[in-house]
Amino acid sequence: MCDTCGCNVTHGNEHLLKSGAPLAQTSNGSESIEVLKGLLAANDHEAQHNREHFAEHRVLAVNLMSSPGAGKTALLEATIRDLGDRYRIAVIVGDLETENDAERIRRHGVPAIQISTGSACHLDAHMVHSALHGLDLQEIDIVFIENVGNLVCPASFDLGQHCNVTLLSSPEGDDKPQKYPVMFRAADLVLLSKSDLTPILGDFDPRRAERHVRELANGAPLIEVSSRNGHGMSAWTGWLERALQLQRANGAVEPQRHVHAAAHTHD
Amino acid sequence: MPPAPGNSSTRYLPPMHELSVCQAIVREVLELAAARCATSISDIYLRVGPLSGVETPLLRNAFPFAAAGTVVSGAALHVAPTPVRIHCSRCDADTVVPPNRLLCGQCSDWRTELLSGDELLLDRIEMQCSDEKDHAHV
Repeated sequence: MCDTCGCNVTHGNEHLLKSGAPLAQTSNGSESIEVLKGLLAANDHEAQHNREHFAEHRVLAVNLMSSPGAGKTALLEATIRDLGDRYRIAVIVGDLETENDAERIRRHGVPAIQISTGSACHLDAHMVHSALHGLDLQEIDIVFIENVGNLVCPASFDLGQHCNVTLLSSPEGDDKPQKYPVMFRAADLVLLSKSDLTPILGDFDPRRAERHVRELANGAPLIEVSSRNGHGMSAWTGWLERALQLQRANGAVEPQRHVHAAAHTHD
Repeated sequence: MPPAPGNSSTRYLPPMHELSVCQAIVREVLELAAARCATSISDIYLRVGPLSGVETPLLRNAFPFAAAGTVVSGAALHVAPTPVRIHCSRCDADTVVPPNRLLCGQCSDWRTELLSGDELLLDRIEMQCSDEKDHAHV
C-alpha cells in the first residue's frame, strides 16, 4: 500500500477523503490534521523490501501459522525428509523463547535461524529481514517462516512472504476458522494437520472446517496431512512445488533496485 | 517492550501485537508533531475494522505504555469502528455482514470481495503548537 499516490484509497475509505478539508482549525486554537495513513506502513514497507530480496534470489517464502502445538515444526521435519533431496530449504523460526525448534530443524541438515521474540507474540517484517542476513539466499529454493504459535497476532503483519499456510490440527476443533476469521481469511492453503488423530477423535469434520473457511470468502484449498504417518504429504509437497514454479515464473522479471534504511551489505 | 510507567509489577502488560501497533501510532504522531513544533497532542483518531486483527480494548490498554515519556502521552485515543461490508460478485449486492461470515447478505454466495472492515488507519490528530506562526499545512 502506498501513501503518496493515493492507491490506498478504496471503496471503504474514500468517504474519509471527502469529509471536510484535510487541515481544519478547531475553536480552541489547536491544529487538526487529517493523516489517513495505514498504521503498519513501516512494517509493510519492510515486507516489500524482503519480497525484493526473495525475488532477486528466486526464493519462495512461505509463512507458516497456527496455534502453538498444531505441528508446524513436525510438518517442516517431514517436508524436509520428502523434499530435501530436490530442493534447498531453509527455515526462519519465531518463538517467545528457546532455540529448540531451530535445533530440531538443523538436525535434518537444513539451515535454521531462530528469532527469539521475547515478549512479542508475532514476527514482523523487520525481524524477518534481520534473520535473512543470516541466510545465503543464493543457495536456497524455499524459505519457511515458522511464525510464533498464535492464531491472532501473526495475521496482521506482512513479512514479505508469497503465501500463507495455516495449520489447523484435528484436536483443536473444526470451528477454528469461525473463531479466528482474520487468520483463516489470510490463508492461501489450510493444512488439517494430525489427520492420524481424526478417526480417534471422531468429532473433527474436515468438510465442516472447509465450510467455515468458505464462509470467510476464502477459496483456499484444504489438505489433510499427518507428519507422523505421511498421509497427505504428497498433496502438500505437490502444492509447494507448484507454488515454487509459479513464483519463479512470476518473479522472472528483474527486481527493482531498492535502498536500505540502514546501510548494510548482503552476502 | 518499553519499560512500563509507574510500578511495573502492578501494571503487567501481556504480550500482544496491539503494543506494536501503538508504537507505530506514537512514531507517526511524533513525526507529525515535530514537523509542526507541537507541544502536546490532545486527540488521536483511528479507524479500525474488525478484520484488521486489532482489538480496540487492548489497543487502549497498550497505548499509555507506548506513549509514556513523549508529547503523545496524555492524548485521548478515539477509535472509530468500521463495518464489514462486502460486494458479491454473483448478484452484485453490497451488504454489511459479521466478521466471521463473509457470505453475501442477499444471495449467500461466498465469492465476495471485502469493501471495508480491515482498516487500520490513523485518521486525524489534534495538536497544540507553541507558536501559531510555525503552523505548517499538510
